[in-house]
Amino acid sequence: MTDTSVITREGGATSIASPRDYFALLKPRVMTLVVFTGLVGLVAAPVDMNPLAAAIAILCIAVGAGAAGALNMAYDADIDAVMRRTRLRPVARGVIRADEAYGLGVVLSLMSVLLMALATNYVAAGLLAFSILFYALVYTMWLKRSTPQNIVIGGAAGAFPPMIGWVAATGTVSLDAFILFMIIFLWTPPHSWALALYKSGDYSAAGVPMMPVAKGPKSTRLQIVIYTIAFLVAVTAPVLTGLGGMVYAGSALVGGAIFLILALRVYRSKAGDANAAEDELYAVRFGDKAARDLFAFSIGYLSLIFAALLVEHGLGLYWSPLGGLS
Amino acid sequence: MTQPDENRETVVPTEEEKKAQKRRNLVIALTLVGFAVLVFAVTVLRLSSNISAGGG
Repeated sequence: MTDTSVITREGGATSIASPRDYFALLKPRVMTLVVFTGLVGLVAAPVDMNPLAAAIAILCIAVGAGAAGALNMAYDADIDAVMRRTRLRPVARGVIRADEAYGLGVVLSLMSVLLMALATNYVAAGLLAFSILFYALVYTMWLKRSTPQNIVIGGAAGAFPPMIGWVAATGTVSLDAFILFMIIFLWTPPHSWALALYKSGDYSAAGVPMMPVAKGPKSTRLQIVIYTIAFLVAVTAPVLTGLGGMVYAGSALVGGAIFLILALRVYRSKAGDANAAEDELYAVRFGDKAARDLFAFSIGYLSLIFAALLVEHGLGLYWSPLGGLS
Repeated sequence: MTQPDENRETVVPTEEEKKAQKRRNLVIALTLVGFAVLVFAVTVLRLSSNISAGGG
Protein backbone atom coordinates (compact mmCIF):
# COMPACT_ATOMS: atom_id res chain seq x y z
CA MET A 1 0.00 0.00 0.00
CA THR A 2 1.39 3.43 -0.92
CA ASP A 3 1.31 6.21 1.62
CA THR A 4 1.32 9.62 -0.14
CA SER A 5 1.28 12.97 1.52
CA VAL A 6 0.92 16.31 -0.16
CA ILE A 7 3.12 19.17 0.90
CA THR A 8 1.78 22.56 -0.05
CA ARG A 9 4.24 25.39 -0.51
CA GLU A 10 3.16 28.97 -1.02
CA GLY A 11 5.09 31.20 -3.39
CA GLY A 12 7.48 30.61 -6.28
CA ALA A 13 4.74 29.43 -8.65
CA THR A 14 5.23 32.30 -11.07
CA SER A 15 7.16 35.51 -11.58
CA ILE A 16 6.25 38.77 -9.85
CA ALA A 17 7.92 40.88 -12.51
CA SER A 18 5.96 44.00 -13.41
CA PRO A 19 5.29 45.38 -16.93
CA ARG A 20 8.02 47.94 -16.17
CA ASP A 21 10.54 45.12 -15.71
CA TYR A 22 9.57 43.60 -19.06
CA PHE A 23 9.82 47.02 -20.69
CA ALA A 24 13.29 47.47 -19.18
CA LEU A 25 14.30 44.25 -20.99
CA LEU A 26 13.86 46.11 -24.27
CA LYS A 27 16.57 48.69 -23.41
CA PRO A 28 14.28 51.72 -23.86
CA ARG A 29 17.11 54.27 -24.02
CA VAL A 30 18.72 52.44 -26.94
CA MET A 31 15.28 52.08 -28.53
CA THR A 32 14.85 55.87 -28.41
CA LEU A 33 18.02 56.48 -30.43
CA VAL A 34 17.11 53.67 -32.83
CA VAL A 35 13.62 55.06 -33.40
CA PHE A 36 15.01 58.54 -33.97
CA THR A 37 17.67 57.51 -36.50
CA GLY A 38 15.22 55.16 -38.22
CA LEU A 39 12.72 58.01 -38.53
CA VAL A 40 15.39 60.28 -40.03
CA GLY A 41 16.30 57.63 -42.60
CA LEU A 42 12.65 57.28 -43.55
CA VAL A 43 11.98 61.02 -43.76
CA ALA A 44 15.23 61.80 -45.62
CA ALA A 45 14.44 59.21 -48.30
CA PRO A 46 13.31 60.77 -51.58
CA VAL A 47 9.99 58.86 -51.59
CA ASP A 48 6.86 59.85 -49.71
CA MET A 49 5.31 57.12 -47.65
CA ASN A 50 1.76 56.63 -46.50
CA PRO A 51 1.77 58.00 -42.90
CA LEU A 52 0.25 54.83 -41.47
CA ALA A 53 2.79 52.61 -43.22
CA ALA A 54 5.57 54.94 -42.06
CA ALA A 55 4.35 54.82 -38.45
CA ILE A 56 4.16 51.03 -38.56
CA ALA A 57 7.65 50.85 -40.06
CA ILE A 58 9.04 52.95 -37.20
CA LEU A 59 7.14 50.80 -34.67
CA CYS A 60 8.66 47.68 -36.23
CA ILE A 61 12.17 49.15 -36.01
CA ALA A 62 11.54 50.01 -32.34
CA VAL A 63 10.14 46.58 -31.47
CA GLY A 64 12.91 44.84 -33.41
CA ALA A 65 15.53 46.81 -31.49
CA GLY A 66 13.77 45.98 -28.23
CA ALA A 67 13.70 42.31 -29.15
CA ALA A 68 17.44 42.36 -29.80
CA GLY A 69 17.91 44.05 -26.42
CA ALA A 70 15.92 41.32 -24.66
CA LEU A 71 17.97 38.59 -26.32
CA ASN A 72 21.15 40.39 -25.30
CA MET A 73 20.03 40.70 -21.67
CA ALA A 74 19.07 37.04 -21.59
CA TYR A 75 22.46 35.88 -22.82
CA ASP A 76 24.58 38.42 -20.91
CA ALA A 77 22.87 38.00 -17.53
CA ASP A 78 26.04 36.55 -16.03
CA ILE A 79 28.28 39.48 -16.93
CA ASP A 80 25.50 42.05 -16.38
CA ALA A 81 25.25 40.82 -12.77
CA VAL A 82 28.95 41.57 -12.22
CA MET A 83 29.05 45.06 -13.76
CA ARG A 84 27.86 48.04 -11.72
CA ARG A 85 26.41 49.69 -14.83
CA THR A 86 24.16 46.73 -15.63
CA ARG A 87 23.57 44.79 -12.42
CA LEU A 88 20.07 46.22 -11.99
CA ARG A 89 18.87 44.79 -15.28
CA PRO A 90 15.85 42.48 -14.82
CA VAL A 91 17.52 39.18 -15.75
CA ALA A 92 20.77 40.08 -13.96
CA ARG A 93 18.95 40.63 -10.67
CA GLY A 94 16.75 37.57 -11.09
CA VAL A 95 13.38 39.31 -11.51
CA ILE A 96 12.86 37.79 -14.96
CA ARG A 97 14.18 34.37 -15.95
CA ALA A 98 16.53 34.14 -18.92
CA ASP A 99 14.22 31.77 -20.80
CA GLU A 100 11.38 34.28 -20.48
CA ALA A 101 13.63 37.01 -21.90
CA TYR A 102 14.66 34.71 -24.77
CA GLY A 103 11.02 33.94 -25.47
CA LEU A 104 10.05 37.60 -25.46
CA GLY A 105 12.95 38.46 -27.75
CA VAL A 106 12.12 35.74 -30.28
CA VAL A 107 8.39 36.51 -30.37
CA LEU A 108 8.91 40.27 -30.72
CA SER A 109 11.52 39.67 -33.45
CA LEU A 110 9.10 37.54 -35.46
CA MET A 111 6.23 39.99 -35.01
CA SER A 112 8.28 43.05 -35.98
CA VAL A 113 9.82 41.45 -39.08
CA LEU A 114 6.49 40.04 -40.25
CA LEU A 115 4.70 43.34 -39.79
CA MET A 116 7.52 45.23 -41.54
CA ALA A 117 7.21 42.89 -44.54
CA LEU A 118 3.44 43.41 -44.67
CA ALA A 119 3.54 47.18 -44.20
CA THR A 120 6.52 48.08 -46.39
CA ASN A 121 8.64 45.65 -48.37
CA TYR A 122 10.70 42.48 -48.06
CA VAL A 123 14.04 44.30 -48.29
CA ALA A 124 13.31 46.40 -45.21
CA ALA A 125 12.00 43.31 -43.37
CA GLY A 126 15.09 41.37 -44.39
CA LEU A 127 17.40 44.13 -43.16
CA LEU A 128 15.50 44.31 -39.88
CA ALA A 129 15.78 40.55 -39.42
CA PHE A 130 19.48 40.67 -40.29
CA SER A 131 20.16 43.48 -37.81
CA ILE A 132 18.43 41.59 -34.99
CA LEU A 133 20.34 38.40 -35.78
CA PHE A 134 23.59 40.33 -36.13
CA TYR A 135 23.20 41.92 -32.70
CA ALA A 136 22.04 38.76 -30.96
CA LEU A 137 24.31 36.19 -32.58
CA VAL A 138 27.36 37.96 -34.02
CA TYR A 139 27.82 40.67 -31.38
CA THR A 140 26.29 39.26 -28.19
CA MET A 141 27.11 35.58 -28.46
CA TRP A 142 30.41 35.78 -30.33
CA LEU A 143 32.29 39.09 -30.57
CA LYS A 144 31.53 40.73 -27.22
CA ARG A 145 33.40 38.15 -25.12
CA SER A 146 36.09 37.25 -27.63
CA THR A 147 37.70 40.31 -29.21
CA PRO A 148 38.52 43.94 -28.43
CA GLN A 149 37.09 44.73 -31.88
CA ASN A 150 33.68 43.68 -30.51
CA ILE A 151 31.99 47.07 -30.72
CA VAL A 152 33.73 48.04 -33.97
CA ILE A 153 32.10 45.19 -35.87
CA GLY A 154 29.12 44.75 -33.58
CA GLY A 155 28.34 48.46 -33.87
CA ALA A 156 26.94 47.72 -37.30
CA ALA A 157 23.77 46.52 -35.59
CA GLY A 158 23.11 50.02 -34.28
CA ALA A 159 23.89 51.54 -37.67
CA PHE A 160 21.14 49.69 -39.51
CA PRO A 161 18.05 51.63 -38.35
CA PRO A 162 18.44 54.69 -40.64
CA MET A 163 19.15 52.36 -43.55
CA ILE A 164 16.06 50.31 -42.67
CA GLY A 165 13.95 53.49 -42.50
CA TRP A 166 15.27 54.57 -45.91
CA VAL A 167 14.64 51.15 -47.46
CA ALA A 168 11.16 51.01 -45.95
CA ALA A 169 10.35 54.13 -47.98
CA THR A 170 12.23 53.39 -51.19
CA GLY A 171 12.56 49.62 -51.38
CA THR A 172 16.28 49.77 -52.19
CA VAL A 173 19.59 50.61 -50.55
CA SER A 174 21.22 53.73 -52.01
CA LEU A 175 24.51 55.56 -51.51
CA ASP A 176 22.85 58.02 -49.12
CA ALA A 177 21.39 55.16 -47.05
CA PHE A 178 24.85 53.63 -46.89
CA ILE A 179 26.32 56.98 -45.79
CA LEU A 180 23.84 57.16 -42.92
CA PHE A 181 24.87 53.62 -41.97
CA MET A 182 28.58 54.53 -42.08
CA ILE A 183 28.07 57.65 -39.94
CA ILE A 184 26.72 55.60 -37.05
CA PHE A 185 29.10 52.70 -37.72
CA LEU A 186 32.16 54.96 -37.38
CA TRP A 187 30.62 56.90 -34.47
CA THR A 188 30.24 53.76 -32.37
CA PRO A 189 33.94 53.12 -31.52
CA PRO A 190 34.84 56.58 -30.10
CA HIS A 191 31.46 56.66 -28.32
CA SER A 192 31.80 53.20 -26.78
CA TRP A 193 35.49 53.42 -25.98
CA ALA A 194 35.04 56.77 -24.22
CA LEU A 195 32.58 54.97 -21.93
CA ALA A 196 34.86 51.97 -21.61
CA LEU A 197 37.80 54.17 -20.58
CA TYR A 198 36.15 55.36 -17.40
CA LYS A 199 34.34 52.08 -16.79
CA SER A 200 37.26 49.78 -17.57
CA GLY A 201 37.24 48.33 -14.07
CA ASP A 202 33.68 47.20 -14.60
CA TYR A 203 34.43 45.48 -17.90
CA SER A 204 37.61 43.94 -16.51
CA ALA A 205 35.72 42.41 -13.58
CA ALA A 206 33.27 40.85 -16.03
CA GLY A 207 35.99 39.52 -18.31
CA VAL A 208 34.79 41.50 -21.32
CA PRO A 209 37.79 42.30 -23.58
CA MET A 210 36.91 45.93 -24.22
CA MET A 211 39.74 47.86 -25.83
CA PRO A 212 41.06 49.53 -22.62
CA VAL A 213 41.13 46.13 -20.92
CA ALA A 214 42.65 44.20 -23.83
CA LYS A 215 45.04 46.72 -25.42
CA GLY A 216 45.42 49.31 -22.68
CA PRO A 217 44.12 52.86 -22.23
CA LYS A 218 46.90 54.53 -24.27
CA SER A 219 46.12 52.50 -27.39
CA THR A 220 42.42 53.09 -26.84
CA ARG A 221 42.86 56.85 -26.60
CA LEU A 222 44.81 56.84 -29.90
CA GLN A 223 42.17 54.72 -31.62
CA ILE A 224 39.48 57.09 -30.40
CA VAL A 225 41.19 59.91 -32.30
CA ILE A 226 41.66 57.77 -35.43
CA TYR A 227 38.04 56.69 -35.51
CA THR A 228 36.92 60.25 -34.74
CA ILE A 229 38.69 61.48 -37.86
CA ALA A 230 37.14 58.68 -39.94
CA PHE A 231 33.74 59.46 -38.41
CA LEU A 232 34.03 63.16 -39.25
CA VAL A 233 34.94 62.31 -42.85
CA ALA A 234 31.73 60.24 -43.06
CA VAL A 235 29.80 63.13 -41.51
CA THR A 236 30.86 65.45 -44.36
CA ALA A 237 29.68 62.97 -47.03
CA PRO A 238 26.00 64.04 -46.94
CA VAL A 239 27.04 67.59 -47.88
CA LEU A 240 28.87 66.25 -50.93
CA THR A 241 26.00 64.04 -52.12
CA GLY A 242 23.33 66.66 -51.44
CA LEU A 243 21.65 64.61 -48.73
CA GLY A 244 22.54 67.31 -46.20
CA GLY A 245 21.97 71.00 -46.81
CA MET A 246 23.20 74.12 -45.07
CA VAL A 247 21.53 73.39 -41.73
CA TYR A 248 23.19 69.98 -41.67
CA ALA A 249 26.52 71.39 -42.88
CA GLY A 250 26.59 74.04 -40.14
CA SER A 251 25.65 71.58 -37.39
CA ALA A 252 28.11 68.98 -38.60
CA LEU A 253 30.97 71.48 -38.91
CA VAL A 254 30.60 73.20 -35.54
CA GLY A 255 29.75 70.06 -33.63
CA GLY A 256 32.44 68.11 -35.44
CA ALA A 257 35.10 70.59 -34.38
CA ILE A 258 34.02 70.22 -30.75
CA PHE A 259 33.96 66.43 -31.11
CA LEU A 260 37.54 66.47 -32.41
CA ILE A 261 38.70 68.78 -29.61
CA LEU A 262 37.15 66.50 -27.00
CA ALA A 263 38.71 63.43 -28.61
CA LEU A 264 42.14 65.09 -28.60
CA ARG A 265 41.61 66.05 -24.96
CA VAL A 266 40.99 62.40 -24.14
CA TYR A 267 44.08 61.43 -26.14
CA ARG A 268 46.30 63.81 -24.15
CA SER A 269 44.76 62.76 -20.82
CA LYS A 270 45.33 59.74 -18.61
CA ALA A 271 41.77 58.51 -18.92
CA GLY A 272 41.47 54.84 -18.06
CA ASP A 273 44.94 54.46 -16.55
CA ALA A 274 44.15 51.85 -13.92
CA ASN A 275 47.70 51.44 -12.66
CA ALA A 276 48.50 55.12 -12.18
CA ALA A 277 50.82 56.05 -9.35
CA GLU A 278 49.52 57.86 -6.29
CA ASP A 279 50.58 61.28 -7.57
CA GLU A 280 48.89 60.65 -10.91
CA LEU A 281 45.46 59.81 -9.53
CA TYR A 282 44.21 63.37 -9.97
CA ALA A 283 45.32 63.29 -13.59
CA VAL A 284 43.47 60.00 -14.05
CA ARG A 285 40.30 61.45 -12.57
CA PHE A 286 40.65 64.50 -14.82
CA GLY A 287 41.17 62.18 -17.78
CA ASP A 288 38.13 60.16 -16.82
CA LYS A 289 36.14 63.40 -16.87
CA ALA A 290 37.43 64.07 -20.39
CA ALA A 291 36.24 60.60 -21.41
CA ARG A 292 32.85 61.21 -19.81
CA ASP A 293 32.56 64.55 -21.61
CA LEU A 294 33.33 62.91 -24.95
CA PHE A 295 30.82 60.15 -24.27
CA ALA A 296 28.06 62.60 -23.39
CA PHE A 297 28.86 64.91 -26.31
CA SER A 298 28.95 62.01 -28.77
CA ILE A 299 25.31 61.26 -28.04
CA GLY A 300 24.34 64.91 -28.38
CA TYR A 301 26.30 65.35 -31.62
CA LEU A 302 24.79 62.33 -33.33
CA SER A 303 21.33 63.52 -32.30
CA LEU A 304 22.14 67.02 -33.59
CA ILE A 305 23.23 66.00 -37.10
CA PHE A 306 20.34 63.59 -37.50
CA ALA A 307 17.95 66.25 -36.21
CA ALA A 308 19.37 68.63 -38.83
CA LEU A 309 18.52 66.10 -41.56
CA LEU A 310 15.04 65.68 -40.09
CA VAL A 311 14.47 69.43 -40.08
CA GLU A 312 15.71 69.81 -43.64
CA HIS A 313 13.76 66.94 -45.16
CA GLY A 314 10.79 66.86 -42.80
CA LEU A 315 10.08 70.57 -42.63
CA GLY A 316 11.30 71.49 -46.09
CA LEU A 317 14.09 73.73 -44.77
CA TYR A 318 16.69 72.37 -47.13
CA TRP A 319 19.10 74.91 -48.59
CA SER A 320 21.52 73.35 -50.98
CA PRO A 321 25.18 74.07 -50.23
CA LEU A 322 25.38 75.00 -53.91
CA GLY A 323 22.78 77.72 -53.45
CA GLY A 324 18.99 77.72 -53.76
CA LEU A 325 16.18 76.41 -51.63
CA SER A 326 15.04 72.95 -52.63
CA MET B 1 4.37 -5.61 0.48
CA THR B 2 4.31 -1.86 1.12
CA GLN B 3 5.52 0.75 -1.39
CA PRO B 4 7.92 3.52 -0.29
CA ASP B 5 6.28 6.78 0.88
CA GLU B 6 5.75 9.35 -1.89
CA ASN B 7 5.68 13.01 -1.08
CA ARG B 8 4.07 15.27 -3.58
CA GLU B 9 4.68 18.98 -3.45
CA THR B 10 2.21 21.47 -4.79
CA VAL B 11 3.01 25.12 -5.19
CA VAL B 12 0.31 27.67 -4.53
CA PRO B 13 0.81 31.19 -5.88
CA THR B 14 0.72 34.10 -3.46
CA GLU B 15 -1.68 37.01 -3.97
CA GLU B 16 1.17 39.12 -5.36
CA GLU B 17 2.06 36.40 -7.87
CA LYS B 18 -1.57 36.06 -8.96
CA LYS B 19 -1.81 39.82 -9.50
CA ALA B 20 1.41 39.87 -11.50
CA GLN B 21 0.19 36.95 -13.63
CA LYS B 22 -3.10 38.71 -14.35
CA ARG B 23 -1.22 41.86 -15.35
CA ARG B 24 1.02 39.84 -17.67
CA ASN B 25 -1.93 38.05 -19.21
CA LEU B 26 -3.66 41.37 -19.87
CA VAL B 27 -0.59 42.87 -21.54
CA ILE B 28 -0.13 39.75 -23.70
CA ALA B 29 -3.80 39.87 -24.72
CA LEU B 30 -3.64 43.57 -25.58
CA THR B 31 -0.44 43.03 -27.57
CA LEU B 32 -1.99 40.23 -29.58
CA VAL B 33 -5.12 42.26 -30.27
CA GLY B 34 -2.96 45.25 -31.23
CA PHE B 35 -0.93 43.07 -33.60
CA ALA B 36 -4.10 41.76 -35.23
CA VAL B 37 -5.43 45.32 -35.61
CA LEU B 38 -2.18 46.45 -37.24
CA VAL B 39 -2.20 43.53 -39.68
CA PHE B 40 -5.82 44.37 -40.56
CA ALA B 41 -4.95 48.07 -41.03
CA VAL B 42 -2.01 47.20 -43.29
CA THR B 43 -4.20 44.84 -45.31
CA VAL B 44 -6.83 47.55 -45.85
CA LEU B 45 -4.08 50.02 -46.78
CA ARG B 46 -2.57 47.66 -49.34
CA LEU B 47 -5.91 46.72 -50.83
CA SER B 48 -7.05 50.32 -51.19
CA SER B 49 -3.76 51.39 -52.78
CA ASN B 50 -3.99 48.45 -55.20
CA ILE B 51 -7.57 49.39 -56.11
CA SER B 52 -6.70 53.05 -56.64
CA ALA B 53 -3.73 51.99 -58.77
CA GLY B 54 -6.20 50.27 -61.08
CA GLY B 55 -5.88 46.72 -59.89
CA GLY B 56 -8.72 44.23 -60.20
